[in-house]
Amino acid sequence: MQIPYTVTARPETGLYNAKLGIWLFLASEVMLFGALFSSYILLRIGAPQWPHGREILNVPLATLNTVILIASSVTMVMSWASLMMKRFDRFRLFMSLTILLGLMFLVVKGFEYGTKFEHGLFPSQSTFLAVYFTLTGLHGLHVIGGIIVNSYHLASGSKMWGKEPERFTNRVEVTGLYWHFVDLVWIFLFPTLYLL
Amino acid sequence: MSSEGAGDIKKHVRTYVVVFIALFALTLITVAISTLHLGIAAAVVVALLIATMKGSLVASYFMHLISEKKVVYLALILTAVFLLALILLPLTAFYDRIGK
Repeated sequence: MQIPYTVTARPETGLYNAKLGIWLFLASEVMLFGALFSSYILLRIGAPQWPHGREILNVPLATLNTVILIASSVTMVMSWASLMMKRFDRFRLFMSLTILLGLMFLVVKGFEYGTKFEHGLFPSQSTFLAVYFTLTGLHGLHVIGGIIVNSYHLASGSKMWGKEPERFTNRVEVTGLYWHFVDLVWIFLFPTLYLL
Repeated sequence: MSSEGAGDIKKHVRTYVVVFIALFALTLITVAISTLHLGIAAAVVVALLIATMKGSLVASYFMHLISEKKVVYLALILTAVFLLALILLPLTAFYDRIGK
């Protein structure tokens, strides 16, 4: 059976189905991260004292990671724009860069985690560290998920470009929406964990 | 897929570069301000204000929310209402003085 509305817009919504699907998924993701942010706020204002993020965490490394993730959002949207302009070669370039930047983010994050563990700083150490590892860990898992899907689009998934270019472009667009959301979550995690 | 032509997309590309520069600048600004040792209330307001500006730029231009279909806006308005409840409702625990 053919999957309906992968290219053309469904009349009731004005969107192809995957786009509405990803937005509803992202709405559920807002609630997931929202619940954790809510817990963070409650724990923080209820605590007799709370450490200053910058005294425990590495702000320069996190700033670097913020720039890396922002740059990866640009390359992600450029990979979609390249397909819209029928430039498959440029799509491959920008998609490769997006994956590379995603991996760089994880390497920096891994380095940060490693330093914490070396100093005996584990989630069980304090409420602050438990919140830090839970939020950044869940975010990191989302980055890994995005890298896996993007790698599929770059490798065997890109065969679709030959047969159904519009459908492939839409797949890259919805993956991009997810990737930008992951960037958006980090934009809020960075100041709330590291700078306040 | 939207019905935009290659010319429109080229205009988008220029916007993406400008948005990237703005996001980069706002990142540096938020880090710089955090070194000023403002009071916690002022620091929270400023940091969240800048993060909201950055988030709006990402959502509006990279996620194309600036020109999206109505059904997406409806879903997001509903999400925003529930998110607000999710964040504010637990805070009412502080006003619960039963048994104290």
